[in-house]
Amino acid sequence: MSGTYLGMPAFPEAARAAVRDETLRGNLRHATHTIRAKRAGAVAEVPDWAALREAGKRIKDHTLRHLDRYLVQVEESVTAAGGLVHWAADADEANRIVTRLVEETGESEVVKVKSMATQEIGLNEALEAAGIRAYETDLAELIVQLGRDRPSHILVPAIHRNRGEIRDIFRSEMGEWGRPAPDGLTDTPAELAEAARLHLREKFLRAKVGISGANFVVAETGTLVVVESEGNGRMCLTLPETLISVVGIEKIVPTWRDLEVFLQTLPRSSTAERMNPYTSMWTGTTDGDGPRTFHLVLLDNGRTDTLADEVGRQALRCIRCSACLNVCPVYERAGGHAYGSVYPGPIGAILSPQLRGTGSAVDASLPYASSLCGACYEVCPVAIDIPEVLVHLRERVVQGGPATRHGNRVVLKPAKGHAAERAAMRAARWAFTHPGALRAGQRLASRTCRFLPRTLPGPGRAWTGSRDLPEVPSEPFRDWWQRTRGGRDGTK
Amino acid sequence: MSSRERILGRVRRALADVPRDDAPYERAIARDYLREHGERTVAETVELLAENLADYRAIVHRTTPRELPSLIMRLLAERGPRSVLVPPGLPPEWLSAADPTLVHDRAPSTPRELDEVESVVTGCALAIAETGTIVLDGSPDQGRRRITLVPDHHICVVRVPGQVVSSVPQALERLDPARPLTWISGPSATSDIELDRVEGVHGPRTLEVVLLEDRPAD
Amino acid sequence: MRVALFLTCVNDTLYPDTGRAVVTLLTRLGVEVDFPAAQTCCGQAHYNTGYRHEAEPLARRFADVFKDYEAIVTPSGSCGAMVRELYPRMGERARAEGRGGALAAALAPVVPKTYELTEFLVDVLGVTDVGAYYPHTVTYHPTCHGLRGLGLGDRPRRLLEAVKGLELVELPGAEECCGFGGTFALKNSDVSAAMGADKVRNAASTGAEVLCAADNSCLMHIGGTMARLRTGMRPVHLAEILASTEGAAA
Repeated sequence: MSGTYLGMPAFPEAARAAVRDETLRGNLRHATHTIRAKRAGAVAEVPDWAALREAGKRIKDHTLRHLDRYLVQVEESVTAAGGLVHWAADADEANRIVTRLVEETGESEVVKVKSMATQEIGLNEALEAAGIRAYETDLAELIVQLGRDRPSHILVPAIHRNRGEIRDIFRSEMGEWGRPAPDGLTDTPAELAEAARLHLREKFLRAKVGISGANFVVAETGTLVVVESEGNGRMCLTLPETLISVVGIEKIVPTWRDLEVFLQTLPRSSTAERMNPYTSMWTGTTDGDGPRTFHLVLLDNGRTDTLADEVGRQALRCIRCSACLNVCPVYERAGGHAYGSVYPGPIGAILSPQLRGTGSAVDASLPYASSLCGACYEVCPVAIDIPEVLVHLRERVVQGGPATRHGNRVVLKPAKGHAAERAAMRAARWAFTHPGALRAGQRLASRTCRFLPRTLPGPGRAWTGSRDLPEVPSEPFRDWWQRTRGGRDGTK
Repeated sequence: MSSRERILGRVRRALADVPRDDAPYERAIARDYLREHGERTVAETVELLAENLADYRAIVHRTTPRELPSLIMRLLAERGPRSVLVPPGLPPEWLSAADPTLVHDRAPSTPRELDEVESVVTGCALAIAETGTIVLDGSPDQGRRRITLVPDHHICVVRVPGQVVSSVPQALERLDPARPLTWISGPSATSDIELDRVEGVHGPRTLEVVLLEDRPAD
Repeated sequence: MRVALFLTCVNDTLYPDTGRAVVTLLTRLGVEVDFPAAQTCCGQAHYNTGYRHEAEPLARRFADVFKDYEAIVTPSGSCGAMVRELYPRMGERARAEGRGGALAAALAPVVPKTYELTEFLVDVLGVTDVGAYYPHTVTYHPTCHGLRGLGLGDRPRRLLEAVKGLELVELPGAEECCGFGGTFALKNSDVSAAMGADKVRNAASTGAEVLCAADNSCLMHIGGTMARLRTGMRPVHLAEILASTEGAAA
């Protein structure tokens, strides 16, 4: 993934700073709680939600199970409709392909529709290195780009910013990139949206090259689908002469009809709307309407490695709705940046360590960035059992074992830094399989607990830093049971 | 080895543990969900469309073929545009009472030229009642995708009940994927500031939907 | 009916009062309860931290200790969910790793007859009014593994509503995790503490005297936070409320 994220600290350290940032906490609490209630309402309107969720899960699972066949079908149908298909095994290759395609047009700037895939591969940075300027046109992406910031949410990358911060960024930065913010710009959302409209308009009208991702690619027809709200997507998809779409290979659905499921579940899950304002669907090129040249870049970049894991592959069902972020109590407090990836939140915690591997500090810590409360699984419109995959990846971190990296089967060693924990887990297992030892330990605790200080040193501080320890009773239950035969002896 | 072969090879190796399943696709996926939500008369479906359009801040009008030209004239007059963009196949009588200059979209029209025009009038392919969505498919009465995008004011005429379907599944059955399709649910909007919806960003900030009774609803 | 109390290692060691309350309650309802002394731990902490292979012997041991009982009752949503949701998965994983179906076969018998306490009361015994008396204001926190793992639904609430003298007040943000999460509380202690503090603030805002839940692991975290923040509220396990009767010290 993008070099921006190399060397990120492990999740707990990054989260520590975020937890103490009162502004950030307030922004995230406000935004996530707003959308939570709305999503629940939008979902409750649809009595067959469970059936739609199940169908969505099955369609995606079926596609993944036959992904080789559907990839070839996509290539055939897109080509037949006048598109050009490229294959990129990793981020570098995708960036090289896109850079070359832009250079072939002779243009030195492109307009971009918000796209997770192009963020994942760090396309903007790659284009910049080749002297090509990429303008983000989604409002939140614009805020992030102008603020020289990193995205912190899948749907709303600037969710960590409140309206006052956005106004300040627009005032100070818009002029550097084009049309400056209007004089006297206030922090009302309508005025901020208007400032973005004016700033981006000139870019849309002169753009010759557009770059997008896609929410869905229909194998049987070669149709691409982009779901959006603002109209920046329509601008980028229809005004330029050349359109380049970079799409992860897991975005395929087999048939046109399959859209009837996802066009119901995606808008309600992501923006909590019955339908998002704009959805564009295009099949290759159309004479006299829209781009004359259309390129589809099919991106692997760790997806086939993820597909090889029988528990973890369900993460590839994800349709990037971000409902799991919005309900996650950990995301709400840690913020998106702590996840060290363009994919934050619960889905990021299972996607990033699979796409990138568990080698870095942040990737090895992500599977633990969850209390396993299950709220993410409950709202997921394609029923990804995120807690199950988190636990599976925890195993990979502490136990090692077989995995696939860059298409090769490897056997991972257990991650460093878990030796003490592993020893403790073994010791506990031993005690729990030797009840005599357990009982002796309980009795020892009962006798010595009064010597415990209120705050513990070392690893114990992780508990006592914020919580009192429970009082240890004078005898464990099993002693009481044995002594009184379950109270039948009448003693207490 | 090409990247195509590399990726396809990786996919096949990744799926080595999965038992082959050659059931036909239509049998592989249980579709236990509904084709439409609730039972409604035709008139109620049109009413639901009007409600849902309005709920997402489209301005809804209802009229008859006889009254349509004067309604469109009034809607344009209220905004006072000097020019109105029209797709090549728009029924000429729709604008027969309108005053502004008609701008006909032609292939060489640049985005900048379109940006000079304030309003656009089109028909549509269909409308979806449950979601308050109109769908354009580039037919002659709708024109190229850009003409309903760049102007700030879009008047879209929906023939009711003929062009109205209840649900998303019913809409997809009637649409042709080979055509460029634009689904529109209200004016452009964003939720990017504090996840709160604000109408009016890059697409038309005013969407007026005219429900034209092409035959009496039951 | 031969009913075994699966108390859980946390309750056995730190919360024996909860165990006594379950015994008192079930005895009062005419159930003969046994406490198989060979029981230890279900292995949840191992499993959820990534040590599935260390959890396997504990799961086998659980199955061995409890297999002859007609019902296994536990006053813990998360340990109940471990047995019911995750034991089958452990068996499947062992099979997928080429280790055969022995583990799955060993675990299968105990899975369907393991009940979280409120399930046992409402579904098996068919009671919601257990004859309890508890003259206090109580707010109820549904713990995650009970709520979303086992799908306990409104069973705990129905039981509480039937308690004489008890005034039940709504907990804002009730369904949000308290931040315990087993080893999460230690590995991500800052986020865990922030979640706990928010839970405690919400609880305190109700003005209730008691925060009730059906899982002492969560209550250990919430109660420890309450004590540190000096809210004056008490964490009490649901079983202890249901065991209370008029005349007995509440």
